[in-house]
Formats: sequence, structure tokens, C-alpha cells
Amino acid sequence: MKLLEVRNLKKSYKSKEVLNGISFDMDKTETVVVIGPSGTGKSTMLKCINRLVEPDDGQILLNGMDVMKARKIEKIRQRIGMVFQDFNLFNHLTVLDNVRIGPLKVKKLQKNVATELAMENLKKVGLTSEAKSYPSQLSGGQKQRVGIARALAMNPDLILFDEPTSALDPELIAEVLEVMRKLALDGMTMLIVTHEMGFVREIADRVIFMEKGEIVESGTPEKIFNAPEKERTHQFLAQFTKFGREK
Amino acid sequence: MEFFLSSMSTILKGSEVTVNLTVASLFFGAIIAVFVALAQVYGKWWLNFIATVYERILRSIPILIIMFMIFFGFPSFGIRFDPFVAAVISLALRSSAYQSQIFRGALLSVSKGQIMAARSLGMTGAQTFFHISFPQAVRFSIAPMTNEFTIVLKDTSIAYALGVTELLREGTYIVSTSYEPLLIYSMCAAVYFVMTFGTNKFVSLMEKEFAIPGYEVRGLERG
Repeated sequence: MKLLEVRNLKKSYKSKEVLNGISFDMDKTETVVVIGPSGTGKSTMLKCINRLVEPDDGQILLNGMDVMKARKIEKIRQRIGMVFQDFNLFNHLTVLDNVRIGPLKVKKLQKNVATELAMENLKKVGLTSEAKSYPSQLSGGQKQRVGIARALAMNPDLILFDEPTSALDPELIAEVLEVMRKLALDGMTMLIVTHEMGFVREIADRVIFMEKGEIVESGTPEKIFNAPEKERTHQFLAQFTKFGREK
Repeated sequence: MEFFLSSMSTILKGSEVTVNLTVASLFFGAIIAVFVALAQVYGKWWLNFIATVYERILRSIPILIIMFMIFFGFPSFGIRFDPFVAAVISLALRSSAYQSQIFRGALLSVSKGQIMAARSLGMTGAQTFFHISFPQAVRFSIAPMTNEFTIVLKDTSIAYALGVTELLREGTYIVSTSYEPLLIYSMCAAVYFVMTFGTNKFVSLMEKEFAIPGYEVRGLERG
């Protein structure tokens, strides 16, 4: 059984179609990266998977469970972590509480168990020393690592990354990518939207190229970067080499 | 001097009633305000509409009319309030309208992203409100509340009109026997001043104490 199956996902805002029938699936431990021009619905697609954005039509199965028909969507969201472009940390809580609040309040674990779990995950992102800090006292890279620890603490089946490095200064991107690289090696299943092409090449098991609400093509990074079938994919990737963004 | 001291002690007795009026009105006002703000921010259109009508009407009527309607008007339905209670109800209702707008603004300044992050963890709407929105909104409300504290404190003097023996009425009693209006009313004014000044200092201390790190400055853009 596939970990995630998405079938014919559709979403429009007013008369504007954002997702025009997206279908793909993911295996456990797979790292799938979605690339494509801005405004093509990549973010919307991620948010449809845990129904933070309500899809208009289509089917989503997580471990065979029908996400669209779930009576308690909260139960399913617990199994899907999400990391946001703008971090979205809880400003009034310390780093430790940001990571602990999920296990403590949602999963209702005992406080000492939740604390231990939170510290364990802060260790994974290298931030145990900042446990008592508040989000405003951290750098962007540190904030995003807390965001990742917060998602990890729920022990999810899958983590969705919505442009996790797009809001970061260039010198802070590496530390976040390093954490994600480690997660991939640890066998975490990840669905990532990003523009960091060098990273995509290195980390992705599969790349999906999306444009105008549709999947143009997908395949291994070698295929997509070196021998794309579609002219559009080629054009899109050419911009990155032109501006030297690709490492 | 003896007259001054004895007058002061009477006035201070009245100021205890003033404090009780203020605290009770602000407290009940705050409870109603939370519901009004919730209805305006999260409610369906009709709830939002009712809350908005409530808030607009109460903000537009002089406090004395509200007091008279409750104290003199309600007995015609057979509901009779003690003057103190009628004054608290009136002040609380009016204050709830103002406090609701402070709290509404505070709720809206908790970023949508944080709400989304809470939901992504699997929190229900209620959990998101109690763990994420409410604690931040309360803190954002402290500074703008200073004004409201002051207004309610000063407006308790209008309960005079219902016969509540608060600070001003105690003062007036003394005036009626001593014929020293300027001295006595100045003393009343001084007590109001000290209470207002003290409250403002206290609130700004609370504001510092409960500030969210990085969000301490008044009127700072909240991300």
C-alpha cells in the first residue's frame, strides 16, 4: 500500500482554477520534491493534503485512510507534519513549549514524556541549548529548525515542507537543508516544495514539475534535470542555470 | 486638621465602593467582551451582526441613560435592582462594548500562520483558541486596556445619580454639612487622581511582566 495517494485533486478560488486535477502517490521513506514557477498551486496542493485548504474535488488516501471523508480531520493532521515558509512558531511560547505543545495538548501525553520527546527532537535539529528562548530571540534558520522539531515531535507518517528556506537569508539556508538531509537519510517521508535546485538534485527520490495547476512531468532528478521530456520543464530549469542559482 | 482627617477617612470609605464598582464592572465587562469579540471574529454572519449591533448601540448611548433605563426602567417589568448592582450592570455593559473592540483587535493581530500551524498539529478550533489565540490576545490587550480602566474608574462617579454611596457621594455628604465644597471636591479629585495614576502604573508593569519577548513595544507591528 502506498503511504499517500492523491487522485484528481481540484481546487479553484472563485473562477480561478488553482489545481486542475493533480494525481500522484508516495511510498514510505520516499522524498518527493515539487518544483515549478510561482503561483502554480504548489503551496495550495500541500495544504489540501491535510485540508488546511479544503479541496473542491478529488481523493486523498493516507495509509489507505480517506482524508476527504475523515470525520475527525484532526486525527489525520496529527499524522501529517507541516513546515511553513514563514515558520509560524507560537510567539508566546518558548522553543521547548513550541515543540512540546503538540504531544502534550493534542496527543495528551504526560508532561515528562512530552518534555523528553520535545528535547529529543530539539537535539535532532541541534537546538537543545535554545530550549528556553523565545522565537523572537532566534535567527531565521533556528526558527525553521524549531518548526521542523515541532512537526517531528508528533511522530508523523509524512512531513510537508512548504518552501522551508524561501524566507531565509542565503547564509542561513544551509543549516535548514542540513537538517532535512539528515531526516531523509533517517527514512522520514517528505513532500517538499522548494526552489533550491541543487538540494533537489541531491535529496529527491522523485521530482514533480508542476505548472498552472497541473503536473507537467515527474521522474528521478537525473531524468528531470538532465533529460526532461517536456519542453516546458527544460525552459523552467534553464532559468536556474542561467542565473547561476544551481550549484 | 481634624476636619481634614475625618473627611479623608469618609472619602476613603467611599473610594472603597468606587474600587468595588470599577473592579466588578471591568470584570463582568471583560467576560461579555470576550464573547462579543469571538462572535465578531469567528461567528457566522448573523452572530457577527448581533454582536456588532450590540456593541454599536452600547457605545453610542450616554452611560447615565443606560443606568436610568436599568435602574428606573426595569422595575416596570418587575425587575428591581439595588443601586450598586444597577450601576455595575450598566458600567459592565458599556465597558463590554469597548473592551470587545480592544479584544477583537488583539485576536486579529495573532497571525493567521500561527493558527494554521496549530491546526496542522491536529488541534481543534477550541484548542487553538485556548492555547494559541487567547493567551496572545490577552497580552496584546493589556496596553490598550489602560484607557478603559481609567474611563470606567472615573465613570463610577455617575453611579452617584442612582444613590450609590461611592466616593463622590460621600464627598457631597461632607459638603452638605461643612460647606467646604472646594476643599472636599479637591480631595475627591486627588483620590481619583491617585487611583488612576496608580492603576496606570500597575497596568504598565503588568504589560512588561506578561509581554511576549520581541513584542514588547506598544503599537509594534505584530507579525
